[in-house]
Amino acid sequence: MTDLWDIIIVGGGPGGLAAAMYGARSKQKTLLIEKGKTGGQAATTWDMENYPGFAKGTTGPGLMQAFTDHATSFGAEIVRGEVVDVTADDKIVTLKDGTKYHGRTLIFAPGAVPRTLGVKGESALRGKGVSYCATCDADFFTDLDIVVLGNGDAAIEEGSYLTKFANSVTVVVIHDEGVLDAAPMLQERAFRNPKMKFVWNSTLQEIRGDGIVEGVVLHNVKTNELTEMETNGVFIYVGTIPQTGFLQGKVNLDERGYIITNEQMETNVDGVFGIGDARVTYLRQVITAAADGAIAAVAAEKYIIEEEGFKESVLAEERPVAVVFWTPMSNRCLEMMPNIESALTVFGDKVKTWKLDTYRNRRVASRYGVTQNPTIVFFHRGQVAARLVDAEITAEAINTTLVALVN
Amino acid sequence: MIEVHKDNFDQEVLQADGLTVVDFWGPKCEKCLALMPDFYRIAEQYAGEAKFCKLDTSGNRRLAIAQKVLGLPVIAFYRGGEKIAELGPSECSAESIEAKVKELI
Ligand SMILES: Cc1cc2nc3c(=O)[nH]c(=O)nc-3n(C[C@H](O)[C@H](O)[C@H](O)COP(=O)(O)OP(=O)(O)OC[C@H]3O[C@@H](n4cnc5c(N)ncnc54)[C@H](O)[C@@H]3O)c2cc1C
Repeated sequence: MTDLWDIIIVGGGPGGLAAAMYGARSKQKTLLIEKGKTGGQAATTWDMENYPGFAKGTTGPGLMQAFTDHATSFGAEIVRGEVVDVTADDKIVTLKDGTKYHGRTLIFAPGAVPRTLGVKGESALRGKGVSYCATCDADFFTDLDIVVLGNGDAAIEEGSYLTKFANSVTVVVIHDEGVLDAAPMLQERAFRNPKMKFVWNSTLQEIRGDGIVEGVVLHNVKTNELTEMETNGVFIYVGTIPQTGFLQGKVNLDERGYIITNEQMETNVDGVFGIGDARVTYLRQVITAAADGAIAAVAAEKYIIEEEGFKESVLAEERPVAVVFWTPMSNRCLEMMPNIESALTVFGDKVKTWKLDTYRNRRVASRYGVTQNPTIVFFHRGQVAARLVDAEITAEAINTTLVALVN
Repeated sequence: MIEVHKDNFDQEVLQADGLTVVDFWGPKCEKCLALMPDFYRIAEQYAGEAKFCKLDTSGNRRLAIAQKVLGLPVIAFYRGGEKIAELGPSECSAESIEAKVKELI
């Protein structure tokens, strides 16, 4: 608990690793906590074809190793552990083994895990032919016949990958014939693949097998007909669920458990950010997770400068502090500043002056209700003692206010 | 750590006395690789009380399937030539492996 980290990142998928790289590169003391191996979901897919600049031949695990090396090369530290509790306001995270880490900012990048279907046989036969990870388990199905359930990008992409091993891959699709949710390029490729077959208007009713998968029961959702089909394996790609259980009640989540953020990746708690697949967002890919990570790391750094600077220089100060909220973009401010400064210098070092550009420090300005430039807010021992707004600011008014405070 | 494969599995695992723990893994299984250091640590800690082996399924597919392993990672526990317990892909963790070892020794 002794160390104070500038940025603590929870989750070492592409989002967290990109944030770690950006944070460490701009000299923030950066810690990344990952419960397993870094790389997240991206390390569970073999063919990675859509990360710009990395064409065919790039693998998920390979790209993620490069992300990891990149982050550590700038000095980011990676520790292994599962975060089970969070005190968002104090920026403390607690691991399963009780270890606590304290940060000035927190970035949550816990990603997502495959959604299970919930049909009979699914959980009992997991690892016995039921799988959610083609890269991990494809080998076992060499020359065998398997089923893929789902029809989004992941289902079609992983299904295609599995045809390199399996004798046949039957994709069970809930939509009408010819309709897939996957991207057109993936669809075309799948339809051309002689090893890929499709069963339309259907879902799985049950997975059967004694010890290992032997077959499935297909349910035709149009006719309600049930058909048995022999198969050696079932790969399920029916979406993912965010791993945000440990954040419940700590930061705002939507009804499905995704972290709600703004464009700066800020959650509802100051200095706490959410990125990647675990947040409410339009696209969930490696590139978007990485982009989120970059934004959050930069926003975190800015937060540290703004907030911590304010805390240390203004709130913790023994002497009275005159905080001048202004912006060089306003002519009125530029005109008034010399007079303000000379009125303040009269008090020498009995009073501290702290200038804040309201444009760059919107958070602090809005917390103290500053809406006009310039505004002087006088602080004493961490409390607001007085305020002068725009036309109220005169040498006399500054003088009267400070005389009262200094004495 | 004993590396087991199709040629020595019977002898090292099925014909072994006492508890034998086998880590079924594969080079493309990231979760397996993540778990490996923990497995080594547990193997060291309980070295006197059980035998620890690892099996690379990528070269031993048939053997793995014969042991009803079709998904990774799997930690299987054998005694007297029989599989007496198993932790599958969703149950494997440092904690669960150690707990199972303690329970069975
Ligand atoms: C099968 C499959 C194929 C895909 N193919 C592609 C593709 O070809 N191209 C592409 O761009 N995208 C692809 N994606 C999507 C891409 O993998 C994800 O969008 C991306 O990995 C999200 O990154 P992330 O950092 O948000 O989360 P994740 O990758 O999910 O990583 C989150 C990490 O956080 C860790 N974690 C979670 N909770 C905790 C905790 N409490 N304490 C500590 N650590 C924790 C997890 O262990 C995990 O490593 C694919 C996804 C899947 C499932």
